[in-house]
Amino acid sequence: MEIVLILLIGILYASGIFMLLRRSMVKLLIGLTLLGNGANLLIFLLGRITKGKPPVIDSAAKLFTDVYADPVPQALILTAIVISFGLQAFAIVLLKRVYVLVNSDDLDDLNTPEEEDI
Amino acid sequence: MTDNTLIFPVIVQLFTAITALFFWRRTVSQRIISIVGSLLTMAVSAHLFVKVWTGGIRTLQAAGWEAPFGISFVADVFSCSMVVLTSFSGLAVSVFSATGIARARMLYGYFPILHFLLMGLNGAFLTGDIFNLYVWFEVIIIASFVLMTLGGRKAQIEGSVKYMAMNILASAFFLTGIGILYGITGTLNMADLSLKVAALENRNLVDITAVFFVIGFGIKSAVFPLYFWLPSSYHTPPSAVAAVFGGLLTKVGIYALFRVFTLIFIPDTFLATLLIALAILTILTGTFGAVIKNNIRRMLSYLIVCHIGFMIGGLGMYSEIALMGALFYLFHDILVKTNGFLIAGLIRKLRGTMNMEKSGGLYSDYPLLSLLMALVLFSLVGIPPLSGFWPKIHLFRAGFEDGHYLLIGAIVIGSFATLYVIAKLWAQVFWKNPPTGENGEQVADEFRPLHPFRKTLLVAPVAFLAAITLYVGLGAETVALVVQHIVREMKDPTPYINAVLSLNVTP
Repeated sequence: MEIVLILLIGILYASGIFMLLRRSMVKLLIGLTLLGNGANLLIFLLGRITKGKPPVIDSAAKLFTDVYADPVPQALILTAIVISFGLQAFAIVLLKRVYVLVNSDDLDDLNTPEEEDI
Repeated sequence: MTDNTLIFPVIVQLFTAITALFFWRRTVSQRIISIVGSLLTMAVSAHLFVKVWTGGIRTLQAAGWEAPFGISFVADVFSCSMVVLTSFSGLAVSVFSATGIARARMLYGYFPILHFLLMGLNGAFLTGDIFNLYVWFEVIIIASFVLMTLGGRKAQIEGSVKYMAMNILASAFFLTGIGILYGITGTLNMADLSLKVAALENRNLVDITAVFFVIGFGIKSAVFPLYFWLPSSYHTPPSAVAAVFGGLLTKVGIYALFRVFTLIFIPDTFLATLLIALAILTILTGTFGAVIKNNIRRMLSYLIVCHIGFMIGGLGMYSEIALMGALFYLFHDILVKTNGFLIAGLIRKLRGTMNMEKSGGLYSDYPLLSLLMALVLFSLVGIPPLSGFWPKIHLFRAGFEDGHYLLIGAIVIGSFATLYVIAKLWAQVFWKNPPTGENGEQVADEFRPLHPFRKTLLVAPVAFLAAITLYVGLGAETVALVVQHIVREMKDPTPYINAVLSLNVTP
């Protein structure tokens, strides 16, 4: 199981960074999303994957004696997913707005000289 | 010592934002709420500072979960000073916004978002949990995205794309770092991490993890080579917004670097060399950028990059004097950069432009205002006895003691370039006669016809921050005492760890 996740995380990071380096804005967005997902999986993997074990301790016992599942990474990932969802939603709206204003998907076209207002 | 009131700076900002939301279309009420909220935050922050200064570190364990398991909030002198400085800047910006922000922007929730941003900053300074720090960072960046895009002009939206992309990337790196750190230590509490990371044997793994934090925080605080989003976005939003960004947003990255690299990863030779090399390159690139810019705010943006290098350099040298210099510079920089952008906004009102070449004659038209601005600009340069001078003395001394001559050279170049660009600004905007336009008209002065009350609202925040800067310069001994206390806490984090984990061990 770990080896699959390791490969998957590697692919997500690599393709995320590759997409970030492209000039298209849509690819920039996809790159950021892939990178975020890679980070989430990484936390999942590094939180030690345990199968079929409870995360809670028996009420009679005072110490963990058995292998247990760590609930913290899942809480972290859940938080990170919600946050990245919000950020990505904002990014999509922003890029749509840029597309309407600039009428181009190319990041190199974002060079309007200083406007004098404000 | 447990103290639930330490969360008040966050709570007051939160309630200010929520109250302002209820007055969505009533912009006058929003302005009053914003100023009152900022004043209240200043009061509770100052109270917290006094308590921590006299009574030692305060902690709050969220929902009563004991330290390494729950989320801890910690107020030591460092975080309290940052909260106090943030409240000063916040107050100045809310007063300035009352006149400096167009009503159209206020109708789209400018004030609530501004206070959510300030809430995020206070939260980031007070938290004692690394993942919670990440969450506060996200609160800050989502609020700053909205502030940056509010208004939707083309240049603004284009700047926001660069800002948004780099900040989300920084968050991804930060999250990766947290993931690896949790994997190798199994904890997220910063005090607990301090103990666990120190006990790790595989130092190379620790260094690699540290590099993720350097990249993540480095992007946020605009360190070379990932600084370019800053000068290409900070000149686009309104000046009041640029003042919060320039004064506080990059500094929260610096705060996080100082916190992480004095508590969790103590710089070894590799990290120290890395930080010093980054500092030198940051100073130089910022310098070269600032020298060629003619727009006041673009120039200030590059100066931010340049001066970030001073602080990173101080952290990299890691001696007591170097840390003192870097922290002193941080405090001075928050005040003076916020004020610098407010002044840029004021110059825009007075002269109708931020382009130095098209401007002029400010000194002959407004001698008193010019004097006030001169005070701030000279503090920025660091002319003794003003505030920028003292931290540089410390940095130079630290550099000579430990033989970091390249860094000293870079700081000298950075200081001279700052002097040069400020002198250029002074000569162009204040002394030169304004150029005559095609129709014989001179500058467009939007300030003179304003109502005296509105004039006061624009000038008072500049004067307020200038007075504090003056105090930091002339009362440097008091500030040095605070800074020295913080450095002692950084060099020996045992009291911090004991306070958070409720231990009573002596080293």
